[in-house]
Amino acid sequence: MSETVKKRSKSRVSGVDRFLTFIRVLMATLIVLGVVAFISQQIWPNNPFAEWRNPDARGLTGDQFKGLVVSGLSQGAMYGLIALGYSMVYGVLGFINFAHGEVFMVGTMSGWITSEKLNDAGLWESNFILSLFLIIFVAITTSTVTAVITERIAYRPLRNSPRLIPLITSIGVSFFIQNAALGLFGPASKGYPRLPEWLAKQRSILTVEISGTKILVMVVAGLSMACLWYLVERTQTGRAMRAVAEDKEIASLMGINVNRTIVITFAVGGAMAGVGGILWGLLFRSVTHMTGFLPGIKAFTAAVVGGIGNMGGAMAGGIALGSAESIAPMVILEPLGVPGVSQLKDAIAFTVLVLVLLFKPAGLFGEKLSQEDRG
Amino acid sequence: MTETALLEFRSVNTHYGAVHILKDVDLAIYPGEMVCLLGGNASGKSTTLKTLLGMVTPTSGEVLLDGEVVNDKPTSYRVINGVTMVPENRRLFKRLTVKENLELGAYLRNDTEGIEEDLENIYELFPRVKERLSQKAGTLSGGEQQMVAIGRALMSRPRVLLMDEPSMGLAPALVQQNFELIQQIHEEGMAIFMVEQNANMALSIADRGWVLQTGRVVLDDTAEALLANPELRSSYLGES
Repeated sequence: MSETVKKRSKSRVSGVDRFLTFIRVLMATLIVLGVVAFISQQIWPNNPFAEWRNPDARGLTGDQFKGLVVSGLSQGAMYGLIALGYSMVYGVLGFINFAHGEVFMVGTMSGWITSEKLNDAGLWESNFILSLFLIIFVAITTSTVTAVITERIAYRPLRNSPRLIPLITSIGVSFFIQNAALGLFGPASKGYPRLPEWLAKQRSILTVEISGTKILVMVVAGLSMACLWYLVERTQTGRAMRAVAEDKEIASLMGINVNRTIVITFAVGGAMAGVGGILWGLLFRSVTHMTGFLPGIKAFTAAVVGGIGNMGGAMAGGIALGSAESIAPMVILEPLGVPGVSQLKDAIAFTVLVLVLLFKPAGLFGEKLSQEDRG
Repeated sequence: MTETALLEFRSVNTHYGAVHILKDVDLAIYPGEMVCLLGGNASGKSTTLKTLLGMVTPTSGEVLLDGEVVNDKPTSYRVINGVTMVPENRRLFKRLTVKENLELGAYLRNDTEGIEEDLENIYELFPRVKERLSQKAGTLSGGEQQMVAIGRALMSRPRVLLMDEPSMGLAPALVQQNFELIQQIHEEGMAIFMVEQNANMALSIADRGWVLQTGRVVLDDTAEALLANPELRSSYLGES
């Protein structure tokens, strides 16, 4: 009897394996076909292969392509900033804090309120740099406080329960914050004030046409990530965070205050989400109570793509995801004749997730954890 | 002995939920002494260590540090006052570098100069560790990890070192070397409280020992007497 059980389980595993291999091959083939069709359209527009699936596709001009890359990078930098919060909390507590997207939304929302006030007062026009610092400060504070309060009242009492419990709780917290924002500010979309022209205008850097707003987004995102890297890798607090992430019991044996370190982790993740929120507001200039939902899910995807628990991976995953969203519709889907490609951004993001999980389940930069390490 | 014990249990009882782990345990560790705690699986050895460190709070009885009741004091209080542990299986922070592991041992200290001095002492004690400072601790061999684990514990300038199964998971050739190392640290004046499966080896270097059986101290004697005890010989020494 044990013989048959063994046989059946063996054949079942190989069946799943065969299916996964089929999906892998299918995905890889589609991507290769799309890219080859794109390249052949670029080089020799009238060849039969280029016209095989989509005779209307005309490829991209150099400027269009550069534009896609720039949007991808600026969008990706934001995903990266939010993804850091998912990754850090996962690293320390081992669960996905789905309310993190809402922490980001709260940052965008508070930034909107402040920027409206500053705009009314005229400071937005007269001294934009000061206003920028002010709204970033307000957003960081609001997001950090939200994250820390969430940890204190929703997650800390569940510290020793199975990981599924805080996960479900985080979904509840997410709905709570969303609806609180709906109740407070109503369902209408709120617009950020226009950026001053000297900053927002198109510039040409190294032959790349890029709007000032996107430069601002990338610079601020880069600076925030650099600060975070310094905090985590070079300070005593950061060392304590990494120690707690790896082994709480031994960390407390070293005399590290584990609870305080967890609070710091939430606070730092919240601060990054706050910065991301402001950048989002400046770039897309609109915010609703639902603003946190999709970017939150995408940033979570980015964290998984980069290897969850790994900070460098979260940033890289964000940038990879943003770029893929921006470039893949035109480069892979359009040449294959998929209709309505520009609306498939979200589908692309989650396809990237599926691909990464199929080919490199630990994420691009994730280390393979042994069972023992996963604890 | 008339001097105050460094660490002491006075009829300590602990529970995990409804499970009674330690039952009226009395023990005392005096400065500069080497003692060992023997016992089979699930006899309460690890709980004893955790209770000494304040990771488990006793349900009744007293834990004393230098004669002061510390039942409710956190682990960090005991670390500051000279109690530390080399955990079972070393439990280094594998993704942190060797240097970071050592520095975390001194997490509660602020005397930069003293820390530097102690780092130098550890490099002297373990020249191999110095060569690997910037390596991730997880890439070291078992013997090297043991050195870092002991070094990390020494970085808090302890007066008593609790060691949980120091020879567990080490290659047989390293076990002897490890015991010699423990002895060397002990000879410099450190009190050592060792929990060990390898009873023969542990008793051969210890001054005194206790035998724990299902949470109760069943034997409490000098190491020589324990080594000669026929009951102990049959139940523990035969295995090792």
